[in-house]
Amino acid sequence: MTSSSPTTSASSSSQSDICLSLENVGISYGTNEAVRNVFMDIPKGQVTAFIGPSGCGKSTVLRALNRMNDLIEGCTLKGRVLFHGQDLYARDVDAVEVRRRIGMVFQKPNPFPKSIYENIAFGARINGYKGDMDELVERSLRKAAIWDETKDKLKQSGCALSGGQQQRLCIARTVAIEPEVILMDEPCSALDPISTLKIEEMIHELKKSYTIVIVTHNMQQAVRVSDMTGFFNVQAKADIDGKVGCLEEFAPTEQIFNAPSQQATQDYVSGRFG
Amino acid sequence: MRLDSGPDLFTLRRRPVSDKLADRGFRWLTVALASLVGLVLLGILLTVMGGSRQAISAYGLAFLTTSNWDPVGDQYGALTAIYGTIVTSALSLVIAVPLGVGTAIFLTENIIPTKLRDILALMVELLAAIPSVVLGLWAIFVMEPFLRPFLSFLYTRLGWLPVFSTDPQGPGMAPAILILVVMILPIITAIARDSLLQVPPELRQAAYGIGTTRWGAILQVILPAAVSGIAGGVMLALGRAMGETMAVTMIIGNSNNFSWSLLAPGNTISSMLANQFGEADGNQVSALMYAALVLMLLTLLVNVLAQWVVRRLSLKYT
Repeated sequence: MTSSSPTTSASSSSQSDICLSLENVGISYGTNEAVRNVFMDIPKGQVTAFIGPSGCGKSTVLRALNRMNDLIEGCTLKGRVLFHGQDLYARDVDAVEVRRRIGMVFQKPNPFPKSIYENIAFGARINGYKGDMDELVERSLRKAAIWDETKDKLKQSGCALSGGQQQRLCIARTVAIEPEVILMDEPCSALDPISTLKIEEMIHELKKSYTIVIVTHNMQQAVRVSDMTGFFNVQAKADIDGKVGCLEEFAPTEQIFNAPSQQATQDYVSGRFG
Repeated sequence: MRLDSGPDLFTLRRRPVSDKLADRGFRWLTVALASLVGLVLLGILLTVMGGSRQAISAYGLAFLTTSNWDPVGDQYGALTAIYGTIVTSALSLVIAVPLGVGTAIFLTENIIPTKLRDILALMVELLAAIPSVVLGLWAIFVMEPFLRPFLSFLYTRLGWLPVFSTDPQGPGMAPAILILVVMILPIITAIARDSLLQVPPELRQAAYGIGTTRWGAILQVILPAAVSGIAGGVMLALGRAMGETMAVTMIIGNSNNFSWSLLAPGNTISSMLANQFGEADGNQVSALMYAALVLMLLTLLVNVLAQWVVRRLSLKYT
């Protein structure tokens, strides 16, 4: 139940409440190194944004947080990812269980080709939800701010909705499995400004009950929704040809956008980037 | 602004005549090619219908329900062959569909490394390249002797069931069914694999992203999304099984004595046609044509049914 997860108010000073912690994480696809040396403490009950240019590994790091990278052949992870102090990649940890507690919303809206109702009920059912399904569906759709648009057509296919509605349905689907953390991989990049606004408003609501990590290409969005921001960058390294992603700076959003400590961050957020 | 200026503007720049001709010519070419397919089919149907007219008027619908095939007394009934056709193709599907779809799942999900998967997929496709006469020989000399103890066991233990009520003596329907399984397995596997590969990766991610197990994702998300393609492949395989001649005729026993038993020799329509056309004359040719017409109509029925099934399923999942 969501009531068990504390609803920390957005005071960025509560550093003791660490939800996810990355310790020297490096990720490779086969022999191709995507990102290295990431240290990061993601606070609980807040919104953390990952920004950075394409290919800097921010989506890769996000997917490492709930072991979605396991599904990609040849993807290996070095270092440790701790969730409340427990290593997610330890031998006895079940990846399926990890994904149930750390849900994910993807770049492209991907509802199941089932009815709107089934889209929500499916995840809850496989998680062994025993309560009133109608009530759960309504609650989840309400949380994702899409109940009013769908309450009269719950039996219709989720694929018949507009792109923005589909994405909110996908968020509702993730909310329905009652995770502690919701990961969002550029959730608004395929949506129009109105839908984007709705999702951003929803994120403000959701962070009362969930820890949210969001990857975004839109810096204004990062400013609007997030408490903490991590700026990823690509750097040329001496030991390999080509470039590799790394975490340039991780700080409260205000600081990243107003007074970053790194020159590269300053260049990127002010639009003076390569 | 002149309203009638539009047409003039377009006639100012003429396309060269050759360009227009090539355009029109290509259109007619495609029309001709497409009609050719229809014409050939129509031609075959008319020939078969014309050839069978004599037998239809002589034996009527009783042809379908009697099993007396007597060239000497000039009496023909095709029940044995019709029963054999339906039973062998249906049972071979029952065995081949789970095997083929299971193989396809194994070859598309990341259970084993990609390299091994590719080798296995290639082997499945090579299975389709074996000529049916070779499979028939293999069935006679290897598979049937190997199977006979098992079939005898079925007879001794379950002989009270009509389908196992005869002592297996060699060729029969059961080995024919199994050789059909070998022949249609690659079709089902290849098409099911393609359909599974076409399931959008987003859908897989969606399933795994909310904590579905691999088992749940395959069974409840990926397979339903691919089901229309798989159903199409199954129907293709059924058509192949119903029409397959060479391997079946070598192992089925070619007996026109009707028996419910799968262990007894039997016949299929295509196998009967292949065996008897050489030395048939008079009413027998017509009777064979009649049987061929029945086979064509059965296949047609199956295909129409398949279209319907595929449409129903794909409506649900796209």
